[in-house]
Amino acid sequence: MGQIRIENLSKEYVDRRRQKRSPTSPKTHGRRVRVLDGIHLEFDAGEMVCILGPSGCGKSTMLRIIAGFEQPTAGAVWVDDRRLNRPSPDHIFVFQHSGLLPWMTVSQNVELGIRHMEDEKEKAALIQEFVEMVELEGFENHYPYQLSGGMQRRAELARALAVNPEMMIMDEPFSGLDFLTHMKMREEVVNMHQLIGKTILLVTHDIDDALIMGDRVVVLGGRPANVKLDQRLDFSHPRNFEKDEELGRLREEVFLMLGVSYAV
Amino acid sequence: MRSSKNNWILSSLSFLLLLILWELSAKFSGWNEHVFPGPLQVLKGMMELSSDGTLFRHSVASLYRVTAGFYLAVVLGIPLGILMGRWSWMRMIVNPMIQFLRPISPLAWIPLAMLWFGIGDKPAIFLIFLSSFFPLVVSTTVAVGSINPVFFQVARNFNFSRWETISRIVVPAITPSVITALRITITIAWLVVVAAEMIAVQSGLGYLILDSRNALRMDYVMDGMIIIGFIGLLLDGFMRKLGHIEAALWRTMGRRVG
Repeated sequence: MGQIRIENLSKEYVDRRRQKRSPTSPKTHGRRVRVLDGIHLEFDAGEMVCILGPSGCGKSTMLRIIAGFEQPTAGAVWVDDRRLNRPSPDHIFVFQHSGLLPWMTVSQNVELGIRHMEDEKEKAALIQEFVEMVELEGFENHYPYQLSGGMQRRAELARALAVNPEMMIMDEPFSGLDFLTHMKMREEVVNMHQLIGKTILLVTHDIDDALIMGDRVVVLGGRPANVKLDQRLDFSHPRNFEKDEELGRLREEVFLMLGVSYAV
Repeated sequence: MRSSKNNWILSSLSFLLLLILWELSAKFSGWNEHVFPGPLQVLKGMMELSSDGTLFRHSVASLYRVTAGFYLAVVLGIPLGILMGRWSWMRMIVNPMIQFLRPISPLAWIPLAMLWFGIGDKPAIFLIFLSSFFPLVVSTTVAVGSINPVFFQVARNFNFSRWETISRIVVPAITPSVITALRITITIAWLVVVAAEMIAVQSGLGYLILDSRNALRMDYVMDGMIIIGFIGLLLDGFMRKLGHIEAALWRTMGRRVG
């Protein structure tokens, strides 16, 4: 797999609430609200693409369309010449709040994507490998409610990685974590990406996350949303805003773009 | 620890007080002891009834009917609830019928039940079934409808088959609410069996009560009532235990952690 193309992607919703307020036009089925407006993006397989945007701008909608959970009103997502239009284990979604199945233990959750493997021994070894990769050894038989927020995210990462997907789609994977856990997870995801080289699409509202982690940063904005910035980030890891002055300048630029006049 | 012990003492004291009040009011009511027996009389009756095995026989008969009707309702009601919760066309077909039949008291079915199933266990089991079936269908449907949609997205993401979605998402997700529904439903079923046994059968605690009334043995009537209350408590306790099984824990515990 070489290239991923998001082509002219648009999404409209029908706002049913407004229908009742406009008795003058009883025939229209609510007002159509356009969320995404002709999004066009191209990137290489293996890249970590961080998508930024103000909340409610439609970035999560875009992710759900790429994952195949929703259908676009217009446009399409292509991997080389194959169209992505339905959910598949090839592109695993990592949910904003936990997507772990709460009635399954950590290892049962990790097993989900490889449950059809015939060799039980090999399967068990694989589960163990990924549990260890996210440093959850000793917690294999714990239920999600017995884990901290950060451990839950890591378990979900292990579950996603165990499938060996082409792409991982992460919707605000760090939201709700405390500051230290957030910083650690950020580092872990960067390390993981360097280790396995999967394509990662990551939506965040944290500008620093995007600039520190991404091989490419995309800023969405406007209503309906379109691409305001699409920039490769060729900085070596670990990154630092003081060390890489250019990165620091870009940070201020992105802050401005999102409507904050000075970077904190 | 200490306070729970105190609570226990307090509870037994108040129960004892109730017994004393009962005995006193029975003595001074001016009614014949056949009409309003005191606790001692009732206890004596209880001994008589249990010594010849009557009480045991009737309890088993009632429990058998409740178990049969209740299981029938579980086996048919929960799957139907799952189907209705998962597929809206199914809901559109079945729901109007369910909603229409649901508010009809199972006791209103007695004439039909007797005509259709004759005399014996069958009409009673049918009435128990009716009393449990509708609440179970409705609660299961609601439980399926309130499953977090994220779980279904996970299922699609991992290519779950239709069967896997049911067995690995829907069933475990609704287990805690279904157990609660079972607990409420068995209580209803136990209420209904007594009424059902006052017709068309020659055994069961309901029959014991009716038969004792005809013989003007109010002490036996009260014995029947006490055993009904006692077994009802046991059934509820058993169902509550069911709520602590591992499959249901994720929700009760999950709330604590978030």
